[in-house]
Formats: sequence, C-alpha cells, structure tokens
Amino acid sequence: MLFFSYFKELVGKEVIVELKNDLAIKGILHSVDQYLNIKLENTQVVDDTKYPHMLSVKNCFIRGSVVRYVQLPPDGVDVDILHDATRREARGG
Amino acid sequence: MSWAGPDNFPATSLADNLDKKLLVILRDGRKIIGILRSFDQFANVVLEGALERITVGELYCDLPLGLYIIRGENVVLIGELDLEREELPSFMVRVSATEIKQAQKAEKDATELKGTMRKRMEFLDLD
Repeated sequence: MLFFSYFKELVGKEVIVELKNDLAIKGILHSVDQYLNIKLENTQVVDDTKYPHMLSVKNCFIRGSVVRYVQLPPDGVDVDILHDATRREARGG
Repeated sequence: MSWAGPDNFPATSLADNLDKKLLVILRDGRKIIGILRSFDQFANVVLEGALERITVGELYCDLPLGLYIIRGENVVLIGELDLEREELPSFMVRVSATEIKQAQKAEKDATELKGTMRKRMEFLDLD
C-alpha cells in the first residue's frame, strides 16, 4: 500500500512512464489504483516517430503489470517522509 | 480498478471511456482500435467494431475484426483516441492487407539479417 499512497501524492505531477515494451510516455498523473495501474493525461510519446499510432492519444490507461519505470520530477520526492513510511511499513508488515 | 473500499480517491476506472473509440496496445505489439463496451477489474475489455491497425514504416492497413473480447493480461495500454485529431501522421499511406503483410515480412527479414550479422561480428570480436 506504500507505493499506492506515494503515487497518490504525485497526482497532478508530470511523470514519464517507461513500459516493458520500451514505450516511454510523458504525461500528467491523473490517477492510480491498488494494482498501480496508471492513468495519464496530456500524454506525449517520448520517441513519437517510432510510434505514429499514438499521435491522437491524449489520455491513456496503463496496466500496472507492464510498467518498468516511472520517472519522477526531482522535487517530487520528500526523501525523509518516504524513509519514515518505509520503516513503518517494514516494521508493521 | 477499485470498486469499493476505503481508498477510493482518485480511482483509476475505465468507466469514463465507455462507448468511446479506444486504441488498445497488446503485449505482442498489436494495436486494436474499437469502441469500449465493457471492462472489469482485470482490464479485460469488450470492443465493438474492432479493427487491427498494422503499421510498417510509412504504410498502414486496418483489418476489420468485429466484436472482440481481450483478456486483461495481454493489455499494455488503453488510449483514448481524440476524434478531433488525426489518428496517424499525414505522410502515412494506406495499403491493402497483402501489401502490408509483404512489408511486415520484409521488415522481419531485415531485422533477422541484422541480428545474424551482428552475431557474426560479435563472434569475430573486431575491436
């Protein structure tokens, strides 16, 4: 539940989601759920010449199971709060 | 997709996309376009009037499929197609099914050839 809560804090921020099929999509995080499925808005494919079919897609739903990385803005992390939450989760879990 | 439970905000639901024309990208690289009629928590979807859009370089072709149920484990991404924008860049050319299949085979042979040549070069270990 920790990462779910963490992503909820990032809603509204711009992220780049890199998928396991090497597709990278930049967009604003609209929502996330318990499976870490992601909904992005104002999407833009990072290498759009390679993926012409995504031209008119501006909002998308990404299944959590296909995400490789989520690149965050450098000021998106409060490392201390994250550390505390991780320790609490490790203790309780 | 969370139906009920304490953490409901903001829920990731495909309900907003019902009856909309969507692009579904599958794990095997296929692109299926259709109107979303149903979905569930596993991202299983039902698409009506589905077609498979095959693109090879500048060429593309749409193969009609009809009513499709896609098992959620194969889904990579579900994108909402903005009807006011062009779905494909204007330089792309529409061709027939036989032509696109030929182009696909040519592309596959080219990548295989590149692969075997690279293996041969690696074997020689030319640095």
